[in-house]
Amino acid sequence: MATVYINDKAVDIGDKKLNLVQAAELAGVTIPHYCYHPALSVVASCRMCLVEVGEKKPDGTVVMQPRVIPACQTPAKDNTVIQTATAKSKSAQAQTLESILLNHPLDCPVCDKAGECKLQDYSYNYGNSESRMVDEKNTPPNKPDLGNNISLFTDRCIMCSRCVRFTREISGTAELHVVNRGVVDLCPVGALASKDFLYTHRVWNLKTQDSVCAGCSTGCSIHLDTNKNVVYRLRPRENPNAQGYFMCDDGRLGYHYVNSSNRISKPHMKSESGADLSSWKDILPTLRAELNAVALKNPAGIAVMLSPFLTVEEGFLLATFIKSISHKSKLVLGPVPVIGEDDHYPKTRSSVAPQVKFTIRNEKCPNKKGIEQIIKHFEGDVIHVADYLSKNTPEALFIAAGYQGEEVSWFDNNLLELFKKVKLLITQDLFPSALTDVSKYVIPSAAFSEKEGTFVNFAGLAQELHWACVPLKQVRTDGQVYLDLLERKGLLQAANIRDEIAKSIPYFSKLAGGKLESNGVHLENIS
Amino acid sequence: MAKFEPVLLKRIAKDNSDHIDSYIADGGYLGLKKVLKDMAPAQVIDLVKASGLRGRGGAGFPTGLKWTFLPKDHPGPIYLCINADESEPCTFNNRVLMEKDPHQVLEGIILTSYAVGASKTFIYVRYEYGDAYRSMERAVQQAYDKGLLGKNIQGSSFSLEAVMHKGAAAYICGEETGLIESLEGKRAWPRIKPPFPAIEGAFRKPTIVNNIETVSCVKNIIDLGADWFKSIGIPPDPTNPRDAGSYGPKLYCVSGHVNRPGLVELPMGISVRELITEHGGGVWKNRKAKGVIPGGNSMGFMTEAELDTKLDFNGPGKVGCLGLGTGAVTVFDDQTSIVDVLYNICRFFAHESCGQCTPCREGTAWMFKIIDRIRKGHGRIEDLNILEEVGNQIGTMPGTTICGLADGAGWPVKNAIRKYRNEFESYIKNGDKKVRTLNLQMSHH
Repeated sequence: MATVYINDKAVDIGDKKLNLVQAAELAGVTIPHYCYHPALSVVASCRMCLVEVGEKKPDGTVVMQPRVIPACQTPAKDNTVIQTATAKSKSAQAQTLESILLNHPLDCPVCDKAGECKLQDYSYNYGNSESRMVDEKNTPPNKPDLGNNISLFTDRCIMCSRCVRFTREISGTAELHVVNRGVVDLCPVGALASKDFLYTHRVWNLKTQDSVCAGCSTGCSIHLDTNKNVVYRLRPRENPNAQGYFMCDDGRLGYHYVNSSNRISKPHMKSESGADLSSWKDILPTLRAELNAVALKNPAGIAVMLSPFLTVEEGFLLATFIKSISHKSKLVLGPVPVIGEDDHYPKTRSSVAPQVKFTIRNEKCPNKKGIEQIIKHFEGDVIHVADYLSKNTPEALFIAAGYQGEEVSWFDNNLLELFKKVKLLITQDLFPSALTDVSKYVIPSAAFSEKEGTFVNFAGLAQELHWACVPLKQVRTDGQVYLDLLERKGLLQAANIRDEIAKSIPYFSKLAGGKLESNGVHLENIS
Repeated sequence: MAKFEPVLLKRIAKDNSDHIDSYIADGGYLGLKKVLKDMAPAQVIDLVKASGLRGRGGAGFPTGLKWTFLPKDHPGPIYLCINADESEPCTFNNRVLMEKDPHQVLEGIILTSYAVGASKTFIYVRYEYGDAYRSMERAVQQAYDKGLLGKNIQGSSFSLEAVMHKGAAAYICGEETGLIESLEGKRAWPRIKPPFPAIEGAFRKPTIVNNIETVSCVKNIIDLGADWFKSIGIPPDPTNPRDAGSYGPKLYCVSGHVNRPGLVELPMGISVRELITEHGGGVWKNRKAKGVIPGGNSMGFMTEAELDTKLDFNGPGKVGCLGLGTGAVTVFDDQTSIVDVLYNICRFFAHESCGQCTPCREGTAWMFKIIDRIRKGHGRIEDLNILEEVGNQIGTMPGTTICGLADGAGWPVKNAIRKYRNEFESYIKNGDKKVRTLNLQMSHH
């Protein structure tokens, strides 16, 4: 047990190994810092976190060290005393800020970082209001194309070296002073800018929602930044249970399909008479009636494909609906997109494998595990759609696709031919395709940014999605569609469904009550 | 007082003084052989401790004490880094030792390695020191050939490998952890301490970093004894509890506006005035000195009135200088503009700041911009206050930087403003002939 005194407030830090920045955080005191980052090595070079440090002696007296000390470099020990607001500490912080800003261009009006910039925040809280330097500022040349995705505004850089350490310690790629691997969030100032976001929006207009990246089965926790129903940017959200502090470029930049104008924007049903239906009011009862008719004729004639992009709640609701039509209906798993192999970081040239700090998984879907558990619960085992269709041809097939992404088709020609053998095709997806062309019913899917629910990542971590945008006018979220098909009243409340699932499927029992911590819950026992 | 006979520089004027045969003919390596046969490493450490030897690199840390910071019973390897990155301006004592008597240095290195239990020594020589590097390299080869380096030296159980390393041509490489980083092939950014190198140094192993002159002193302490060493120099100042005394001979570099610049070996504690008049031939052109830099740029200034200060570890501090430094005394005469002097010094530190810590990187560059502007005739009186303030707030002493470079960069600035303020003010208000010429030249561009 160790007690640390921060601005005269005693905080018990237990036996945790903390530095003084972290210890102060526990006491609710912010010690300003730039170069320190919890995922990177400590260099103590920005000198922003200078504070007065001392020790409380057994007789109760406090002996302060004569010089200011960088908090990030100093371990918190029993009886450590920190003073962050004394004249000496404040003066050291103000001096450092003055130094940092000497050559900074102060071009906040055209800087993307404005509004979420540590230079602005700290200047306001700890700095002086004006510079005493009358001499010309240094103007190092900018490097607008530092990489495909990053622009470097050299003059704004404060040399904290976070990005350099990232490329050495996390990605292991060690580009000298060069970063092209998605570390713009690391930059505490506006030096590294995401080209994707550059000059698109002022950050104070953005609304931020906690979410989960749907790009691969790592399931990075993210912040989803939107305004007026448009997604502008994804940023990693710190989560030790999921990915840690960072996210990959594929995930970061892989959201554009959400805002695409090609998305299926309304439901549609082809009729033989040519009088096509395109309103929910007409289509859902017709669809239900048609499925009932199939079940009446052949109880085993209906199959449902659940894609690994559905949320757990969606999978559960659709399965419940289809089993209510006929308990002999078949649930199968949709194609699981896999690209290459798992991509581990840091990279190394040494023969000794380093401790893995980040992995981009080859399984490019967010919820295979969750959907498998749903299918297992209803069917006992998991059959893939291609295997099933190559041996069986159901009368009706409900394809709950919802595959996220516009560029790559999720089915190949072989699978399409198998689909085409089915008489009644109901396809729910984001984008029109050769499959929707041959489907009788085409139902729009919602993007991951528009729905709420649960994803279970590769390791069995259940995390919650929150909606950040509303779908287009005539699009209902997938879960809502199933709820409507089930003729349950009201709007989808993911928490209620989650509780329902927890009660009926043991794998999900930890989700009982429906509430999910922001860092998620491990459904499996991790050794 | 009898004339002091040089010890460290005894052999430098001889023909072939750098060759091992000549060194051995003069009794070289006898001390080493005796130590390997008769003394345990701990006895060598005790001897050096008893001599009161303090590091000659600048900080003056007691050498024997430094050696005892190594972890006890460490499985090894332990490294010895020899800091020959002599880059303090106007300092050249290490260079002469390496060029003219490399075997004296090498014997000191082997003795030190034996004392601290090092199995490998890295001799980190300043990049610009081509001759010194080659001379040391030859000496290392000759020592290998004679069985004075390598496995089981002289039949003992002690083995030592010596590695020559060419420095990275930056001032910061002389900072001991900057040197270690550079040695490891990285950018010479000084490390945060703790851990100190004795616990975790080069390649994450316990490491001792010693200066060339220091190890040369070790060699002579072995030969002549701790009592001999302690009979030279001056005892601790009773009024300063932190002064451990300044013993032994010291190499003083005399340069600048003197009639006879050069390197002299004298007992520690000679006064600046005596050094200049007796050994530097006096200030040139029959002028008076305006001031003196006592031990490299980073130590600050002494005015003419302060020249009776003794050049020991304790003396320069009494008149507001940072310390003895490298013992490189640079004189500037009364016709020199203090603005020019400070301009040069600020330019040096702005160029040599490694850029790691914000206060030093920005502070040194800012101070240079200010003094540059003052020199060009656009100074303001308040600039002097800013200079003094910045000079005071950068460095390890206030705690704002990782290494001591910033202390050394700030010291001459605050010293100059405090000791020569009138001249700065007069320059700012009235300018001088040089300023007018400079402005004239600029207006032609």
